[in-house]
Amino acid sequence: MTIYLDHAATTPMRPEVLEAMLPLLTVDFGNPSSAHGPGRRARMALDEAHEMTAAALHAEPREIVFTAGGTEAANLAIKGAAWAGKAEGHRILTSAVEHDATLNALQHLEKFGFEVVVLPVDRYGRLDPGALDGALDERTILVALQVANNEVGTVQPLRELVDTVRRVRGRKALVYVDAVQAAPYVDLDVRVLDADLVAVGAHKFEGPKGMGALWIRGGTAIMAQTHGGGQERYRRAGTENVAGAVGLATAYRLTSLERPDTVARLRRLRERLRSALATDPGVEFTGHPTDRLPGHLSLLVRGVEGAAIVVALDLEGIATSAGAACTTGSPDVTHDLAAMGYPDEESRGALRLSQGRTTTAGEIDQAVEVVPPVIARLRDGSSALAADPLGQEVGV
Amino acid sequence: MLVAMSGGVDSSVAAAMLHEQGVETVGVWMRLHDAADTYSEFKKSCCSLDAAEDARRVAGQLGIPFYILNLEREFGAGVLRPFLDAYQSGETPSPCVDCNSTVKFGALAGRARRLYDCQAVATGHYARVDAVDDPEARDGRRFRLLRGRDADKDQSYFLYGLRQDQLAHSRFPLGELTKSEVRDVARRHGLVTAEKPESQEICFVPGGDYREALRERGGWRPTSGPLLDADGRQVGEHAGAAAYTVGQRQGLGVALGEPRYVARIDAAANVIQLGRREDLARNVFAMRDVSFTAGRPPSGDAFECEIRIRHRAGPVPARVERLTADVPGMRGTWQVQTRETVWAPAPGQAAVCYDGDEVLGGGRIATEAPRARRPATGA
Repeated sequence: MTIYLDHAATTPMRPEVLEAMLPLLTVDFGNPSSAHGPGRRARMALDEAHEMTAAALHAEPREIVFTAGGTEAANLAIKGAAWAGKAEGHRILTSAVEHDATLNALQHLEKFGFEVVVLPVDRYGRLDPGALDGALDERTILVALQVANNEVGTVQPLRELVDTVRRVRGRKALVYVDAVQAAPYVDLDVRVLDADLVAVGAHKFEGPKGMGALWIRGGTAIMAQTHGGGQERYRRAGTENVAGAVGLATAYRLTSLERPDTVARLRRLRERLRSALATDPGVEFTGHPTDRLPGHLSLLVRGVEGAAIVVALDLEGIATSAGAACTTGSPDVTHDLAAMGYPDEESRGALRLSQGRTTTAGEIDQAVEVVPPVIARLRDGSSALAADPLGQEVGV
Repeated sequence: MLVAMSGGVDSSVAAAMLHEQGVETVGVWMRLHDAADTYSEFKKSCCSLDAAEDARRVAGQLGIPFYILNLEREFGAGVLRPFLDAYQSGETPSPCVDCNSTVKFGALAGRARRLYDCQAVATGHYARVDAVDDPEARDGRRFRLLRGRDADKDQSYFLYGLRQDQLAHSRFPLGELTKSEVRDVARRHGLVTAEKPESQEICFVPGGDYREALRERGGWRPTSGPLLDADGRQVGEHAGAAAYTVGQRQGLGVALGEPRYVARIDAAANVIQLGRREDLARNVFAMRDVSFTAGRPPSGDAFECEIRIRHRAGPVPARVERLTADVPGMRGTWQVQTRETVWAPAPGQAAVCYDGDEVLGGGRIATEAPRARRPATGA
């Protein structure tokens, strides 16, 4: 059996979620917009999904828009807010360690005359509220920030960051919060958070893939990015994915209920894995040492390519990641580590071991046995390869 | 066993055959150059990533692990750089030979053994390796590189640079098969690549025009220069010496009654000399950087063999004699005297020595010393 240590990439769907979804795919298959019984039953399930998700976020049901994933939620939030706010200004602020869903949506907006300011971060990947303060001006209409980073696991000082926006711009600049990576582990009370837009993706917390939600504070102007029918209060056209919405809602409710226990347990497991790797002098842990997601361990291994470690560990039955899971075979090191000041040569050694709610102590016991020797073996092999990269000096 | 899967039918079947034989097989697709995947909103479909997807799909169909390995740096140093250098110095490179020696059975084989505990690298080449008793060889065994059984598809020419240690860790599962048998195996396994057409172009030159690669990757700025006829008379202008290959007839922009071919390229002087067809016939040429699959020449400093001066050329009987000794960092030069005339041996291209089916070794055709004849003044 594979030991799955890549929960930051995605998580297995939990059985309760599947059970909740199945009737909506089979017997209660109706279109929520239909006037008949099957349609009404689907509508009821969808309404309950809005209510359940809203309750977990301390929001109102009508503030929830279901989308086909976190990336779509990010695009709706960012593009929707930018176009709706264009009359007020065209400046958008973000940080250098945001997910591609944010950075590439913003890069798209730049082509249409929006000014995008990407703020630098410190060695841990944190944005300094002072730097944000300095960049906010009267043309700023949107600030896009993450709760926690997907690659290094650092949790942003979001309280201070949002306070900074409110102090300088009041409610004239919208705050979009990317909670996709953090949602399983960080309690999101959108009222306390004081943001305007919050995105989550179901598959990060044991829900179905291709399902996300965007919380839009009541009264916030957003320009729809998908046009068609009037679904989701005209903010996201297209027949609703009722089963997916129920899956997201169920998964998020269970996650929220269990969160305190999960966080405490994963922190212990992570520290166990961390101490096992800390004895290797060639290992440097990345991201913030304490302000970080509980099951998330990220490191740089000097002298070994992270991609090679991932392959070797996979052949040993341990699933890990060399950073984000989004690019395949690309030589480019991740933008996050570059933004944190790591030179490319070091970033190539990036490795991410992310545990989740279903990770067991027994799995970590095994990982502690397997991972350090694999890294040591690869270091030896890699130094031999570095001396003879094209295999030309092998003795005949 | 690591199988280098390109996304074509041949390497797909190589993987399928090994897997079927019960060999523990790991598929890899090598990312060798950047003819793919930077972020762009206006994305065209990309041949390179399509190939990787086909390879991944086949690995999935077979149920073997599959990884994309990035070997761009190694490919750059072992294949691209020599390719660009060759053209810029007036030669015609053999990138596939370099790729086999330095990337597939060099860098990849190194990773297979040193990182992933794989004992050998398999590819979809039409070639064979066997082992014979040889009292002079280390351990009394010598690995021989042999032509593929399918004479039409034989790719042993491109593998001549492999050493004993490389041959010992190479597997060519298609060596005994014909192309149509390979397609049959692919169909039997229902592989998505079964009907995929052959690719002919150089993998890092997607459009097929290598001059584009010279400009973009090598920073080549074409400088026109004199085009001389066989007698040294200037008959036109060329569009940059690196844009020509010895033996080329098309695109010269001259009409001199009788057909003319590129006979000699002097990149340093930026001069291209033409010749009539018969001016390009040779019985003697030198090959440099000569290596032998056995690690030593077949017999002393001279031997008889059949030689091929290009992939598709028929083998020609020849006598090969050493001109210079191997010195550290540079292998020796040998003179080739062919029993029949060969036409337009192109400097930089591989010349490969065969003994029947066995590949003895080979080298790169050396640039001829400039002829004494000077351009006539006032021409």
